[in-house]
Amino acid sequence: MYPQVLFQNRKPNRIATIDEYRQSGGYQALAMALQKYSPKEVQQIVVDANLQGRGGAGFPAGLKWKSVADNFPFPRYIVSNIDEYEPGTFKDRVMTHTDPHMIIEGMIIAGYAVLALEGIIFVRPSYESSAVIFERELKIAREAGYLGKNILGSNFSFDIVVHRSGGRYICGEGTAQINAIQGKRPHPVQSPVRSTERGLWDKPTVLNNMETLVNVPHIVRHGPEWFKGLAKTKTGSGTKLYCVSGKVNRPGCYELPMGTSLREIIEEHGGGLPAGSEFKTCLPGGASTCYLQKQFYDVQMDFDSVKKAGNRLGTGAVIVFDHKTCLVGATLNLIEFFVRESCGWCTPCREGLPFIRDLLWRIEQGEGREDYIPILRRMSAHLWKSYCAFAPGAVSPLESLLDYFQDEVREHISQRKCPFKA
Amino acid sequence: MLPKELLGTLQEQIAKAEQPRELAVDIMLALQRHFGHLSDEALEEGARLLGMTPLELEELATFYDFIYRKPVGKFVIHVCDGVVCWMNGYDRVVDYLCEKLEIQVGETTEDGLFTLLPTACIGYCDLSPAMLVNGRPYGPLTPEKIDDILNKLRTESPPVRMAR
Repeated sequence: MYPQVLFQNRKPNRIATIDEYRQSGGYQALAMALQKYSPKEVQQIVVDANLQGRGGAGFPAGLKWKSVADNFPFPRYIVSNIDEYEPGTFKDRVMTHTDPHMIIEGMIIAGYAVLALEGIIFVRPSYESSAVIFERELKIAREAGYLGKNILGSNFSFDIVVHRSGGRYICGEGTAQINAIQGKRPHPVQSPVRSTERGLWDKPTVLNNMETLVNVPHIVRHGPEWFKGLAKTKTGSGTKLYCVSGKVNRPGCYELPMGTSLREIIEEHGGGLPAGSEFKTCLPGGASTCYLQKQFYDVQMDFDSVKKAGNRLGTGAVIVFDHKTCLVGATLNLIEFFVRESCGWCTPCREGLPFIRDLLWRIEQGEGREDYIPILRRMSAHLWKSYCAFAPGAVSPLESLLDYFQDEVREHISQRKCPFKA
Repeated sequence: MLPKELLGTLQEQIAKAEQPRELAVDIMLALQRHFGHLSDEALEEGARLLGMTPLELEELATFYDFIYRKPVGKFVIHVCDGVVCWMNGYDRVVDYLCEKLEIQVGETTEDGLFTLLPTACIGYCDLSPAMLVNGRPYGPLTPEKIDDILNKLRTESPPVRMAR
């Protein structure tokens, strides 16, 4: 059992109360930050801790905060979401149902670091219970003096609100999310100006993943060196909430040192594959990462190590496929997801994905042809020319299917049927 | 058209917002809870409240998958067809639901109780195969569990719209 930092107050069937959170040291970091450190110093502590954004890109949170320059206007905003539409990902939901005040404290300190006025928690409809939890616990935090005017007697004033979404994967894209909060159609925007300069209501806006924020109070309290020491690897830092799902005995969300090996995550924590199932591959970080080659089964699951294996850690959501699961069928399902969730704004994504779906569907139905493979490759390449990161993510499973599991695709074509179907 | 009390609550909410339109989704969800779905009439009412044109609000209403522009049943079943649920028996679950409810995906039962919709990954992969009924998650689903859920919902009153 590894030290539990983010899940230290995790209980089988209920949420930790504010008192339980305080007993574990909760809200001490906020008091420390406000009394001992300037916002700049908080930024530097988080930079030194090498806290990499947990939403998928792994961009250092401290550097993102630093990019809000002194002369940028006020008011400023912090946005975080419990939206995780990435298939296989449910860590933010589990975190919310474990210790909501840890998230709230993290967001307040992040707000202090960039001198924000307001934090916005963006919640998807299928997580309505999380929205309700936040509304209740925010009120409690407000009554305790952690939110509102002059927090804990300081000059810093900050509050947090819940924004309910109407659904859709694309709302996880930063600029789309800003549009959504403003009540505009949530399609991504390409702007030469970063949202840390001009985002929500054209004001500086920092978007942090919820898992990124929960680490902040612990870093402030225990220091960057302690945080770095939590990881198994030099390239990683802290712990990570890994989700394991698919063909495993114990699907769930586990807090483990950053850089824990994939083998350990699947076999020890996820309980291994069911009897009679053999590991074929996995998507290591949600639906928009690549199928992993078996030779990387022991890869250390941090951002750098997974990148070196030609893949992405993404959200750290491991979806396990066994030898009896058809990868053409799985990829068709994933592409169908992306077809439906594409916002339709730009042509490569809107037109390309349905085209790919049709070809894959034919292959899966036994109507495929050899020349579909180069066409699929060409189409995938076109999708990299789309407006936002959605489409390149969407074709990651497809491209890796063609790279590493082409035999399985060819079998569908030569046998004129799906070899996994009776 | 709107009851005074609801109108008052919504106007109060809007008055507190930085910009009225940031509440577009909240208002649409509230109207949908009241009317059962977001009818043309409700959409126009919502747009008026938000100071938007009906078209501007329509642009949002049709974007989001949890806003229903057509009549739906008392219980809206969103079956997750994400890749994890697909792998763990989405086909069996949806076929069983269709058989039991005697409808196709996208339809509503004759008694107006159930609407069946496929839905992108709902984030309950640890409970897969999973579904949401009026916002409440259920899983891992088996035929027995589905029977149980449907029976309970059939006898449940008063109607619950989107878990709160």
